[in-house]
Amino acid sequence: MIADLSADEEKILNDVKIRLAKYGKERGQLIPILQMIQDKLAYLPHITMEMVAQHLDIPPSEVFGVATFYNQFRFNPPGRNPVKVCLGTACHVRGGDIILENFERKLEIKEGETTSDKEFSIERVACVGCCALAPVTLIGETVHGNMAPSKVEGLVMRVQIEKEMKEREKQKNESGQ
Amino acid sequence: MLTLTVDGKEIQAKKGTTLLKACLDNDIYIPNLCYIDGIEETAASCRLCFVEIEGEEKPVTSCTVPVKASLKVKTDTPAVRRLQKTALRLLLSVHHVDCKNCPANKKCALQDMAKFLKVGLKPGHLQHCLKEPEIDTSHPCLDYYTNRCVLCGKCIQVCLTHNGQPEITFARRGFNTVVSFFGTAKNEKDSCDECIRCVDICPVGALVLKSSP
Repeated sequence: MIADLSADEEKILNDVKIRLAKYGKERGQLIPILQMIQDKLAYLPHITMEMVAQHLDIPPSEVFGVATFYNQFRFNPPGRNPVKVCLGTACHVRGGDIILENFERKLEIKEGETTSDKEFSIERVACVGCCALAPVTLIGETVHGNMAPSKVEGLVMRVQIEKEMKEREKQKNESGQ
Repeated sequence: MLTLTVDGKEIQAKKGTTLLKACLDNDIYIPNLCYIDGIEETAASCRLCFVEIEGEEKPVTSCTVPVKASLKVKTDTPAVRRLQKTALRLLLSVHHVDCKNCPANKKCALQDMAKFLKVGLKPGHLQHCLKEPEIDTSHPCLDYYTNRCVLCGKCIQVCLTHNGQPEITFARRGFNTVVSFFGTAKNEKDSCDECIRCVDICPVGALVLKSSP
């Protein structure tokens, strides 16, 4: 869970520190503060929760308890291609959990985690608003409807191939210039 | 002193105590897990200490009822026993029953209650669901066994009362709820080593010292 922060993240962290000072010290501020941090950093690193605890003068364990209670907070940085598997009512009925399981197995991570190359992360979401296409999965911003377990591997491969193609093109451009 | 009737027996209790404490002090056993003697705010989360009180429509948790004079209480009606048995079965359905290898064997609150309520330790018709991972070793001197824990919250409560700031807390939600040690810095090792009140109060051996097997 304790991830090393990148240089960019350090910068944002300093910004977060300044913003933190503007919040009141009431306990009720805890969730708005956590939301602000997640908004800036896209996740809640270990160290920020300790910062918040210090600011509000409550035990760090309490901050952690509250943050883990809510699905909206995540503790791993999202991957470049966040996989969001819908488990809303329609998708659940059409076997969304099997799709989730397939992604977990294919990418060898659990829900809420990120692959070691930071390429993929898996999240479960509740309804993305196109139940007619159930079961639905989002990869990045792209909606993939009528998902089937057999499509999982293909989708992951497609993302990887697209990435490789982009890299090749980039190399071509650079060598051409 | 107040006089109340429990199971047809008259008992004396001090004003201000709870019904559960009054019964336990008078050798009337009521199954319970989350009640701590001496701490006023009870979590009332284990749903085991039900009793029937004359005049009340449904069974009530005895740990939340202050004693009153001429209270007529029954602790072993069919409705009460049914609630208690169900609660215990549900607890056992998420419990890793491996008494032989458990340090709490023979002094375990679950074993005592199962014997008292005549409930088998195996889950029976309920689905057995266990959490992963089995052990949390992140604390410098304590080990936490996820599937032994009954989530009574006693450890958190004693840590709060004795240290002011609890080092341990409930994390996550629903079936995934665990007790976690977030923010326990390495220099807490010494203070935790000396205190271990949480280990002492744990009714099921979910929190154990690292050195013990």
